[in-house]
Amino acid sequence: MNSILIFLLGLAGFMVIIAGIGIFWAIRSGQFEDMAGPAQRILMDDDDPRIPRRALKKDDK
Amino acid sequence: MSGDGTCFHCGLPLPQGVDYPLEIEGQMRALCCRGCQAVAQAIVENGLQEYYRHRTAMPSTGHELIPAELSKLALYDHPEIQKSFVIEDAPHIKQASLILEGITCAACVWLNERHLQQLPGVKAVQVNYANHRARISWDEREIQLSRILKEIQLLGYNAHPYNALQQEELRRKGRSRDIRRIAVTGLSAAQVMMLAVALYAGASLGMDVDTANLLRYVSLVLTLPVFLYTAVPFYVSAWRAMKSGHLNMDVPVSIAIITAFAGSVWVTLQGEGLVYYDAITMFALFLLSTRFLERNAREKSVEATENLLKLVPAMSLRLRAGKQEAVAVLDLVEGDIILAKPGEAIAADGEVAAGISSVDEALLTGESRAVPKGMGDPVIAGSINLDGPLEIRVTGTGENTVLAGIVRLLDRAVAEKPRLAQLADQVAGRFTYVLLALTLVVALAWWWHDPDRILEIVLAVLVVTCPCALSIAAPAAFAAAGSHLLKQGILLTRGHALETLAKVTHVVFDKTGTLTFGKPKLLRVLPFGRLDTHACLRMAASLEQASEHPLAQSFLEQLSRNELHPVTEAQNFPGKGVAGLISGHRYTLGNRLLSGLTQAQQEPAMDVAAGATVVWLCDEVELLAAFELSDELRPDAITLIETLKTQGLGVSILSGDSNAAVQHFAARLGITEYRGAQRPEDKLAALKALQAGGGVVAMVGDGVNDAPVLAGADVSLAMGGGTQVARASSDIVLLSEKLPDIWRALQAGQATLTVMRQNFIWAAGYNFLALPFAAMGYIPPWLAALGMSVSSLVVVLNALRLRQV
Repeated sequence: MNSILIFLLGLAGFMVIIAGIGIFWAIRSGQFEDMAGPAQRILMDDDDPRIPRRALKKDDK
Repeated sequence: MSGDGTCFHCGLPLPQGVDYPLEIEGQMRALCCRGCQAVAQAIVENGLQEYYRHRTAMPSTGHELIPAELSKLALYDHPEIQKSFVIEDAPHIKQASLILEGITCAACVWLNERHLQQLPGVKAVQVNYANHRARISWDEREIQLSRILKEIQLLGYNAHPYNALQQEELRRKGRSRDIRRIAVTGLSAAQVMMLAVALYAGASLGMDVDTANLLRYVSLVLTLPVFLYTAVPFYVSAWRAMKSGHLNMDVPVSIAIITAFAGSVWVTLQGEGLVYYDAITMFALFLLSTRFLERNAREKSVEATENLLKLVPAMSLRLRAGKQEAVAVLDLVEGDIILAKPGEAIAADGEVAAGISSVDEALLTGESRAVPKGMGDPVIAGSINLDGPLEIRVTGTGENTVLAGIVRLLDRAVAEKPRLAQLADQVAGRFTYVLLALTLVVALAWWWHDPDRILEIVLAVLVVTCPCALSIAAPAAFAAAGSHLLKQGILLTRGHALETLAKVTHVVFDKTGTLTFGKPKLLRVLPFGRLDTHACLRMAASLEQASEHPLAQSFLEQLSRNELHPVTEAQNFPGKGVAGLISGHRYTLGNRLLSGLTQAQQEPAMDVAAGATVVWLCDEVELLAAFELSDELRPDAITLIETLKTQGLGVSILSGDSNAAVQHFAARLGITEYRGAQRPEDKLAALKALQAGGGVVAMVGDGVNDAPVLAGADVSLAMGGGTQVARASSDIVLLSEKLPDIWRALQAGQATLTVMRQNFIWAAGYNFLALPFAAMGYIPPWLAALGMSVSSLVVVLNALRLRQV
């Protein structure tokens, strides 16, 4: 009975560490600095083929 | 055509008789001015129409780019000037931080990022929606910073470079540290509580000793990070409080955490009894989260205000040995002579060494008015030079300018705590002494009665009576109300603002800039001679092209640039008007003093609205037209005044404007108490009189002349577009510039006070009720921790109701 308990507790501990690393990474990479922007940004279609990419080169005289 | 009578780009009503159509996503749309048309066109040409589908707020009205402004941008390419705000990442790769003005919704962020990323040479663009700041890196071999700034202006936004202050970096780091602490505590609390459920269940249903021991040891390990890392700020604060002799609530918090941990470790080692790891982690998580929320709300208000303060240019022209050189403002020293060209912002505080001009000190006064400046007159950094070039002897730069002083004021304001929160701290402090004494008495009593239960009882008393709910009662309510208000564009800059708002009995308005827009608007054109209205307007606007006077803008916004006549020999007469040659004839536009014609002639019969300014257009022989310009009421002013009056609040106007003008506006608003021609000291006296009569006065103002009055009022509100000084001396800033927000703020104040009272009653009632039971041993520690958490939770949830006000 105890061996399965130890295994599960170990698993929980492992997951806590993974989650902790994940959160620390997210904080370090600045994901908590702007909490509102990304949620809105996802709504915009960046892959619309009509958006000219680097198209301004031509009139860049 | 969009047909609803508003500009498709900026949403303002379309002026009559203008026609600026543009095809957007296959539909013809009507735009209100040349500026909006240009901006919309730039957006469409770059394939960014999607902006219009996703935006959730209207942008500001577009401005046409003026060649002078563009050439000013070129100065930002100067290496000397870039020194202060540009970092070189790698050879030729540069990075700068910009403040973007005009961001109103998330679509704006997208628009800027998309557009700038399309530019060749731009490596990365990141716009932060929360604080309206952008970080841009570019390859200087392919693109110049001025080009990037110009592209941003083309989209209708305004970008100012700024040097990321040390303070800001500190703030960012502090925030990251707080989030890390909360994350660690949260993770550990979740695990420990899960195990605690098993332990409690085991205690009543039976669990073998080995399993219970295992669970206790695992809980101990999981609690360690909380005890040794995240709870450290409590110990530090408690230690400081004990050293200074003023106990705060961190003292019992620390004692509870440390005793609970020590006791639990002892129990764990003994292998018998109850452990309180769950109580510790839950306790820490609650405290950290509420503090984080409170701090966040405060910092947000600082950032928003700081953005408004970056008005001083980064570079200036220094005169040395008769030569002009562009230098960074940081490098200016006292005694330098700098040149301020017409239309430019003055870079440093100083006094005029040569030249005559007028200066728009709207940043201090809130009123766009030309203030004449001659030899020896003082000028302040950030004000706009209007008419002629000025040579200025620098007296103060950077930290020593008037503007920098305002920033310091703000910092102080933000550091303040709300009065009720201070009171709660004091009560909690005193409560702490009582609590500690009581705990000691209880401990001694149980020592004599039943030494085995002493740890359990002491913990129960400490935890159950922790003044935690009491001390978060006020901050939680303030944080919830504050962040809710901020989302609507209402910025609280002082802690006490909300609670005072709740008691307000009188609202006093300064007219200019609050009830009205504070900018003159062309109301009427009266042609007298051979030219019709439109021709006269064209003449006038053409003459005003050369002028930076606020009145000039009211003419120019009526017409598009290509309709204007070319003007030669343009002349500016500060305080009088402008003159110039149009197709060989001399025309003048200005007040009565300007032309011999208006002086000599009887003033033509003209029914001028009170408070309006009249400007005359003349050619060499006759009077051509009169233009009536006046400030306009904000459209929502009337509704606001009505709402306030039906709520039984006293409403009055105290204005520096002429009596007639004030009377005119007061009549339109249905305000019976008004006084015109008030100097700041008169206003203050009137305010004091109201207060002496027992009134609690809220003052709404925007100019520097209002600053002392704003400071003297019980609570003060300033318009976001108003002056820096006004914003700094006010308790609440209406960034939205919508008048109904005043009413909204008043309501929020009342709601906050109610919620805070409920919170105090609940928290205090709970503590006093629970204490005797805990002392008598009827409350086991787990129940105490639960009670403490529930009472805090009730307080926080009650506070969160304020988000729906």
